[in-house]
Amino acid sequence: MRLSTLSRTTLAVVTGAILLVVYLPLLVVLVNSFSTSTSLTWPPPGFTLEWWVKAFESEGARQAVATSVLVACASTVVALLLGTLISFALQRFSFFGRETVSLLVILPIALPGIITGIALNNFFRTIAGVPLSIWTVIIAHATFCIVTVFNNVIARLRRMGTSLEEASADLGAGVWTTFRLVTFPQLRSALLAGGLLAFALSFDEIIVTTFTAGSGVTTLPIFILDNMFRPNQAPIVAVIAVVLVVVSVVPIYLAQRLSGSEQTRH
Amino acid sequence: MTTTTTPPGVTRPVPAPRRTAARRSSAFLATHPRVRLGLLLTAPLFWLGVVYIVALALLLVTALWSVDSFTGQVRTEWTFDNIVQVVTGSLYQTVTLRTLGIALAVTVIDVALALPIAFYMAKVATPRMQRILLIAVLMPLWASYLVKAYAWRSVLSQEGILEWLVSPFGGHTPGYGLAATVVTLSYLWLPYVILPIYAGLERVPDSLLEASSDLGGKPGRTFRSVVLPLIFPSIVAGTIFSFSLSLGDYITVNIVGGANQMLGNLVYTNVGAANNLPLAAAIALIPIVIIFGYLALVRRTGALDNL
Repeated sequence: MRLSTLSRTTLAVVTGAILLVVYLPLLVVLVNSFSTSTSLTWPPPGFTLEWWVKAFESEGARQAVATSVLVACASTVVALLLGTLISFALQRFSFFGRETVSLLVILPIALPGIITGIALNNFFRTIAGVPLSIWTVIIAHATFCIVTVFNNVIARLRRMGTSLEEASADLGAGVWTTFRLVTFPQLRSALLAGGLLAFALSFDEIIVTTFTAGSGVTTLPIFILDNMFRPNQAPIVAVIAVVLVVVSVVPIYLAQRLSGSEQTRH
Repeated sequence: MTTTTTPPGVTRPVPAPRRTAARRSSAFLATHPRVRLGLLLTAPLFWLGVVYIVALALLLVTALWSVDSFTGQVRTEWTFDNIVQVVTGSLYQTVTLRTLGIALAVTVIDVALALPIAFYMAKVATPRMQRILLIAVLMPLWASYLVKAYAWRSVLSQEGILEWLVSPFGGHTPGYGLAATVVTLSYLWLPYVILPIYAGLERVPDSLLEASSDLGGKPGRTFRSVVLPLIFPSIVAGTIFSFSLSLGDYITVNIVGGANQMLGNLVYTNVGAANNLPLAAAIALIPIVIIFGYLALVRRTGALDNL
């Protein structure tokens, strides 16, 4: 399409403006984490490191991070297993009800979190009689994390084709040997990308978590929500927010490197 | 290990593989694809079926039960009281309409913002710029949901940066309320809408755009008649996210919505403070019905393959 210079510039300006609005609130949080005001006053009346010190000394915050990491790791492992199995079934076989199964996988992410949350809450408490604990959170998280692994692995399987596996079988390798030496190495980066997304999704989840967490289970999002409305704790929330944004650079960098190495290989 | 050299021209028979358990199971699996499929499907279907589908079905059943007002225990007697209460109660009607309005507004705003930025990324920017923009769009996606909602709480506060920016011109921050909720939700789901539209635009071949302009189509006409029909499924895929996520949200409205309630708040109150799971289940049926209606409506566009 031959766009005039004017429309190109307009598009560029609109894009720039949107990105500015996207980043401005995050910058405000960064500045507020150093502010002496506890009521989100702008411009900040003064600057202090008090909140940063308090945040790093906070036992509650540290435990919340540990709980979140544990939940995210456990649900990522379950999601990796189930997501890989189901992508093989759907990509390599055609069977009755295949469409239904693929809808079943995306349903937990297509339905609002509150529905997943209340359905599982009702299932655990009223029907199964299982008390809510950290395990119920892991089960709930794994359920909606399956789809991220599934999406990545099935896309890879589609691109891989089956010729290499057939060659391996022709050369006498059994099902297990072929998987270990031929299929898995090709899947590795897709598994890493899917697992990374699953981890991030679980680490950040708040709605399903509030419905499935036992009273003693405080993940980081629950900790943030609990403290956000307390005037003396609010600046600590800003500190945690800044740290989370900075730490999120790591998975972005990894994801970029993964997709970068994909592009050079294909 | 001893190496034996074979004289040229002499072929040695390949030794038969040892009959280990792994070898036997492998041979069995190789000749029985149905067993292979069964093994692959059992665990995931058990998980998704038992944990998720049964839970959803039981939610429907629970909506037909009631709570004993004295003991607070769920009574397993069939009654349509909850459904009737949710369908006819004016509170539920108002909140449903408000929630739907918010979800629609958020979806429209997000598509309107996502189209130009996705188009610029996919069709105008240089490859280098394209990569930078993609990272710039993805980055907030990794930042926590609560962090972003909290960020808007600080921006929109009565003493916040927005008030400081616009008050010299006689403007005021909208404060916490419905407008703030729509803005924050649009902000939260924007990357989810940009990404499928961007992926859809990437798949539109440039040659089609050139053909259109060779035939005299102005950019506006090309966009309406060539680009838009091709990326329609991707746009719908994006709206599924923004619509569904807004419909079920209750945390953002707690943080920036002032005293306003959405459907999610009613569900949350009835699960927690009011301890009336059957009523909460009945309220949760409203978004379920709406989402399934929406999914059924857009299924024929092929949007579900673009998720």
